[in-house]
Amino acid sequence: MINFADHPSNTFDIEKIRSDFPILATEVHGQPFAFLDSAASAQKPRQVIDAISAVYDSGYANVHRGAYQLSEVVTDNYEGARDKVQEFLNAEHRGEIIFTRNATEAINLVAASYARNKLNCGDEIIITEMDHHSNIVPWQLLKAEKDLVLKVVPITDAGELRMDIFEKLLTSRTKLVSVPHISNVLGTVLPVKRIIELAHSSGAAVLVDGCQAVMHESVDVRDLDCDFYAFSGHKLYGPSGIGVLYGKKELLDAMPPYMGGGDMINTVTFEESTWAELPGKFEAGTPAIAQAIGLGAAIDYINDIGLASIAKHEHALLEYTTSRLSAIEGLKIIGTASNKVSVISMTLDCAHPHDMATILDRSGVAIRAGHHCAQPLMDRLGLPATARASFGLYNNQDDADQLCQALETVQEIFG
Amino acid sequence: MLDELRELYQEVILDHGKNPRNFRRPNKPKREAAGKNPLCGDQLVVYVDVDHNECIVDVSFLGKGCAISIASASLMTEIVKGKSIADAKALLDNFIKMCTTDDFDFKGEDGAEELERLQVLSGVRQFPVRVKCATLAWHALDAAVKGVEEISTE
Repeated sequence: MINFADHPSNTFDIEKIRSDFPILATEVHGQPFAFLDSAASAQKPRQVIDAISAVYDSGYANVHRGAYQLSEVVTDNYEGARDKVQEFLNAEHRGEIIFTRNATEAINLVAASYARNKLNCGDEIIITEMDHHSNIVPWQLLKAEKDLVLKVVPITDAGELRMDIFEKLLTSRTKLVSVPHISNVLGTVLPVKRIIELAHSSGAAVLVDGCQAVMHESVDVRDLDCDFYAFSGHKLYGPSGIGVLYGKKELLDAMPPYMGGGDMINTVTFEESTWAELPGKFEAGTPAIAQAIGLGAAIDYINDIGLASIAKHEHALLEYTTSRLSAIEGLKIIGTASNKVSVISMTLDCAHPHDMATILDRSGVAIRAGHHCAQPLMDRLGLPATARASFGLYNNQDDADQLCQALETVQEIFG
Repeated sequence: MLDELRELYQEVILDHGKNPRNFRRPNKPKREAAGKNPLCGDQLVVYVDVDHNECIVDVSFLGKGCAISIASASLMTEIVKGKSIADAKALLDNFIKMCTTDDFDFKGEDGAEELERLQVLSGVRQFPVRVKCATLAWHALDAAVKGVEEISTE
């Protein structure tokens, strides 16, 4: 595994990091901006913004087509971003990195191209109670089409996966297990390596939804031995409109194309077409060029700081904030797994999460309130909604203090 | 900052939010419609009974939601009971105007007295994302009267 923490240039200077994110210097309703919604989408550092601007300022043309220098340069930069993702995930082959719009598209690609062809009537797919709608609905669509069985692994009240039940749900009919690496609502880190071992021993492939993981800890797809891994660029301090699907080469090679069009073919006649080699086979049409390059810049940025340093900083913030929040009367933290990241869902006795969010907003604190695209999880928890504060690498104790102070205002109004 | 929030969360709102009136399901609901705000998870069901004169003889609701959506639903049930469907619809239209227009003068409008009572909810004007909360029950009432089973603010 690549350990970025050992990189000699790794230092964690929170003030320097904060100054890299121009938006953090803005004010909201006359208050300092405490952005605590990175789990929904993260802010972008100057380095990413500049990389995207540079594409349009001086380096833009279509990729893989032009017989002129600029197109070659852009193609190199676009493909260079793929190399960065490959290294970031420690994938064996660069062709195993497919650029998509986002993680949702990556999951849908697996559903449409892999699962649709591999699974037959009565075969089972296992997901979890913690899943985001993006890892529920694609399987429901396929279930209806192919008459599949969709099984759901329950969670404990603390928000941890019931591994004992997972083992029981695995059968010889289980062909695919699709799980989040980290819960977007509860912050729980799932034991994905163990899940993958168990699933493989039962003959099932595994897709990991890494949307909430890649910015918090280093991911090594070869060490995990996952079959597919999906994430979105915009949560990793990169632009929106770019996501990644990692898939094992032998699986991707055997899968039919997801979409047809330019760039994904080898030859085309009216009678038939042949497909491009990986990764081109899965990248029909002009891709999100500047966004991919922006994602590459985001990965460079993360690597320069080091994911180990980031994790240490975020964990300290998680502990600090959790302890401060726990002192607030009537506040309940939803999700108390022993292994969790800096995502804190909460409820207050006196106020609905939506009312909390409005008052927090006026105090300069941006959080998410609602079901977080995880309605079945909300049903399991017996809650209509939660208020979620999520911390990224640029957050500090001042943000946590501002959050707690704003929660006091909520209590003042509703108490 | 606090002044604006106090304007939004007036005592009447907090009271109706905590202790909603007509918060019940009738034994035999005549017409009902669900109102959902998928963005924040608010959901409620409005029950309405209309007599042969197209007059609302009973209206109640159940559901979960923020203080604004529950308070608005509660006030609505108190205000539209006894009104004709046409009057309730006119009130809905003017209420939406009140929640979205800065200088809406309701004084000369039909139902000015009712609108004055609803003015406590007009603070949502300063909070555009909350307008949906304030109007959710009203849209559900409108749907129930029309025989539509479910509406969504998305």
